Amino acid sequence: MSMNSVGRPTRPTLVATLPGAIPATLGGGRGLLQDEALIFEREGWDSSGVDLPEPSQDASDLGDMVRRAPIGLPGLSEPEAMRHYVRLSQKNHAIDLALYPLGSCTMKHNPRLNEKMARLPGFADVHPLQPQSSVQGALELMDQLAHWLMTLTGMSAVAMSPKAGAHGELCGLLAIRAAHEARGDARKRVLVPTSAHGTNPATAAFVGYEVEEIAQTADGRVDIADLAAKLGPDVAAIMVTNPNTCGLFERDVIQIAELVHAAGAYFYCDGANFNAIVGRVRPGDLGVDAMHINLHKTFSTPHGGGGPGSGPVVLSAALAPFAPTPFVVKRGEAYELVEYREGEAVQAFGRLCAFHGQMGMYVRALSYMLSHGADGLKQVAEDAVLNANYIKARLSGVMSAAFEGPCMHEALFDDHWLEGTGITTLDFAKAMIDEGFHPMTMYFPLVVHGAMLIEPTETESKAELDRFCDVLLLLAEAAKAGDVERFKGAPFHAPLRRLDETLAARRPRLRWRPELSTDVAAE
Amino acid sequence: MFFTKDHEWIKVDGDVATVGISAYAAEQLGDVVFVEVPDLGKVLTVGDSLAVVESVKAASDVYAPVAGEVIEANGDLAAAPETVNADPEGAGWFAKLKITDPGQIEGLMDRTAYDAFLASL
Repeated sequence: MSMNSVGRPTRPTLVATLPGAIPATLGGGRGLLQDEALIFEREGWDSSGVDLPEPSQDASDLGDMVRRAPIGLPGLSEPEAMRHYVRLSQKNHAIDLALYPLGSCTMKHNPRLNEKMARLPGFADVHPLQPQSSVQGALELMDQLAHWLMTLTGMSAVAMSPKAGAHGELCGLLAIRAAHEARGDARKRVLVPTSAHGTNPATAAFVGYEVEEIAQTADGRVDIADLAAKLGPDVAAIMVTNPNTCGLFERDVIQIAELVHAAGAYFYCDGANFNAIVGRVRPGDLGVDAMHINLHKTFSTPHGGGGPGSGPVVLSAALAPFAPTPFVVKRGEAYELVEYREGEAVQAFGRLCAFHGQMGMYVRALSYMLSHGADGLKQVAEDAVLNANYIKARLSGVMSAAFEGPCMHEALFDDHWLEGTGITTLDFAKAMIDEGFHPMTMYFPLVVHGAMLIEPTETESKAELDRFCDVLLLLAEAAKAGDVERFKGAPFHAPLRRLDETLAARRPRLRWRPELSTDVAAE
Repeated sequence: MFFTKDHEWIKVDGDVATVGISAYAAEQLGDVVFVEVPDLGKVLTVGDSLAVVESVKAASDVYAPVAGEVIEANGDLAAAPETVNADPEGAGWFAKLKITDPGQIEGLMDRTAYDAFLASL
């Protein structure tokens, strides 16, 4: 037991012992955590956080359109609203609570300096329709961020407006389609490796291309022979993630680029994993023509729970003329937004969204870049790779790594090591929740059986990585020792126990309706 | 009944072929939660996407093992996707094709060859 300087224990002593089975609570709460109903299911809808004056009795201009029945929204006082959302947040997991090892999601710490900068009124309170002369600082920030994104990637242009990674993919493929069409060479197919992020084939199909899969080699990389066989004059582009979703660097990336270019196609790189190489490798030097950068992953802006994301796309010289509007240019001392297809934007394929993108994310990303500096960003990539390899090395003795050798920023295991235990990847992940750790990404990439993909990110200390590995090793030993109950019923300690994910997927309830509330309770 | 390396099965009766996914594929996918079957009259060549099957783990294309025209689709799967798990090589069929080239069956595996293929995975 640890003692402080006056000889007192530093951890509390329990004065009661547990009964054999822990009794369920009488009212539904658990250890100061309140049971919380949906906001629509609360009693009493008549309170309000604000006192509004009674509307005047003047005749309405709406005529027949005037609302006759109440709108049906719950009313809450300010403390009720606060408590509702804080209680819900207590049931959620957050990077500010603990390690969040979702593979390919890059759940790293978001430095508070970023938040402070993003809240400066000159950035936080601007409106996209303000006169440009009144937002020169915001435009300058966008221009600076664009400069550093191009510098870090070695690319000629950047489209800032895409609002997430998949939106960036859409932007990249629209630029590629525009480039092919501009030279009268509309093409039909896009090649995607089997290990790709699901959004890659989805984007290609959305843009109107046929998607064809490229096989993977036994060591988890793109099969060059298969690629060469499938390339042809109707191939518009290849979409490759590098490092790929197996956490491996595509060693033959330059050869891939040469083959693709020789066929007159473009090389789209999914930059979701750029955090593993930022400051060390410039994708432009690898022959990449377009790549989205998830600002919310590589440059730490917060994400999860639906955003906001930000996915600027860097473009090679060949694709630069087709970048969408708007973009910022500097004329003399003034910054200007080029909004229309004329002048230098004449070949732009159009615009991706109403305005200019996610200003708050831009501020956080630039703050992250400038506070790290060139050496700091290089260390980010190095530490991300080091941390993943540390986990891979510590767990490989008990769990089975999907591929031999060192990994990049994420460590991939398969479920080979669970064979014969009766425990699945899902069971193992659920048991991690009981131990206080958010599960890793499961069953992805699809090319690995029962995949468990762990991305620790560079912001975890060795002590935290050790705590995580210690728990996983204990769980793995329990699994191998036949402690099946611990896994099959998990999680036991979460606010709700194991949920029926199959039923939820087969019969999703996406909307609350009053008439449903009784039959939901009956089921 | 014949099988492909992508784990589709095909059963031929005259010039009509019924297509589904093998018991192995259904087991690997886990609980199936959604199935999209093809429209009637759709003309498919070998390897075209015939259906989409989505489980709690993944969404996958089901490919046409032979060329043909869709003459019937298993509409029951929309309301009861679990049939694919319960009876993958029977009631969990996806579609019936009018085959254009019966010779294409020759290149597929029979049950014994498919079992040997599974053992090699």
